[in-house]
Amino acid sequence: MNPSPIHTDLCIIGAGPVGLFAVFEAGLLKMRCHLIDALPQIGGQLSEIYPQKPIYDIPGYPEIKAQELVDNLLEQAKPFNPTFTLGERVDHLDRQEDGSFILTTSDKTTVHAKVIIIAGGLGCFEPRKPVLINLEAYEGKGINYMVKNPETFRDKKVVIAGGGDSALDWTIFLANVAERVTLVHRNETFRGAPDSASKVFDLAQEGKIDLILSANLKAVSGEERLQYVILDDKDNKEMSIEADYLIPLFGLSPKLGPIADWGLSIDKNAIEVDTKDYSTGVERIYAIGDINTYPGKLKLILCGFHEAAIMMHSAFKYVYPDQKLSFKYTTVNGVNAF
Amino acid sequence: MELIKFIVEDQQGERQEVEAPTDMGLSLMEILKASEYPVLATCGGMALCATCHVEIVEGKAGLEKATDVELDQLENLPEYFPSSRLACQIRIGEQLEGAIVRLRGEDVV
Repeated sequence: MNPSPIHTDLCIIGAGPVGLFAVFEAGLLKMRCHLIDALPQIGGQLSEIYPQKPIYDIPGYPEIKAQELVDNLLEQAKPFNPTFTLGERVDHLDRQEDGSFILTTSDKTTVHAKVIIIAGGLGCFEPRKPVLINLEAYEGKGINYMVKNPETFRDKKVVIAGGGDSALDWTIFLANVAERVTLVHRNETFRGAPDSASKVFDLAQEGKIDLILSANLKAVSGEERLQYVILDDKDNKEMSIEADYLIPLFGLSPKLGPIADWGLSIDKNAIEVDTKDYSTGVERIYAIGDINTYPGKLKLILCGFHEAAIMMHSAFKYVYPDQKLSFKYTTVNGVNAF
Repeated sequence: MELIKFIVEDQQGERQEVEAPTDMGLSLMEILKASEYPVLATCGGMALCATCHVEIVEGKAGLEKATDVELDQLENLPEYFPSSRLACQIRIGEQLEGAIVRLRGEDVV
């Protein structure tokens, strides 16, 4: 564990548009923010998925490109010196005696914060799991949903399942590393890059890999660890393949992730909040933007902005318990940096 | 207002008729959600999460073809059928009249 945690007033989980605007609203009330995002860059889905798409419903902008909006929001937040931890997912939350929190990320970075604001959008993108008999029993015992270190598979028998680019690319790469690679795909053809697909067909022709088409995974089995992958072949006959590892590559799907285990009230993958101040049922934890839900909720960036402003006025009492909050206009007071 | 009717089959295999207006620019996913079917639609209709995965059991002939983005998502799903579609990518229109839609979305609550 990191011996010296990052100290901040507010920790914002999610560095998308709403998280960024929350920094500005917090700054007006003299509260410092640290942001954590599982993606390696700022901007959330705007930067990751549709940076060049125009958005038409941001007040004051008849049209603005998603990335431009992110850049502007970052500029707007700058006077308040937000700090960032990127490419790491918040895994644990530990409540301290004084009500504050220590957050720990997937890379063991720790952050000490008085208030937590979840602005996580769609959630984290996590690997999609196939429905297979005994799947969970072998997770970490031969079933890997991603290739972190290819050396893990050196001289092993590996079964890869899927038909997208990553299934093709890893088949090609691991063909030279593993003892044997078997690629299982449910169709006759691949939608992935034609280059990679033809390379895979060549490797199969040369006998360097096994390619099983029109087949569906069915079950996994083994004693302590994974030993066999069982599938239905194109004639619907069951066959079993010896395997040290199964790598199912069925794309990514947005999930709440560890947030789901924090004792918050969750409805259909979204966090239920009180519209008075967008607080969750857990004191000092707020949720704003696409990740929250309440009667009449609209998943719009502009609604997230509104939620950020309201929410910060409520969080003030935890950061400055002895001060009275007075409402101020930026037109009167300007933006006082710190 | 033009209304069409089609059949929705839920995860338990129960079928029910659903009515939908054709002139409001709605997607099939939005109608399913509005009809209180357990469709997550996490990504809000951007063909990203595939939680609105459906099978068009009958009536697929008149539908617009799936785009590459939609096909890429479908192709990646662990479970996929020849008549699989993402409900968020299907606009409500006359071509859906009389169709039978089977819910297939993963992690339905």
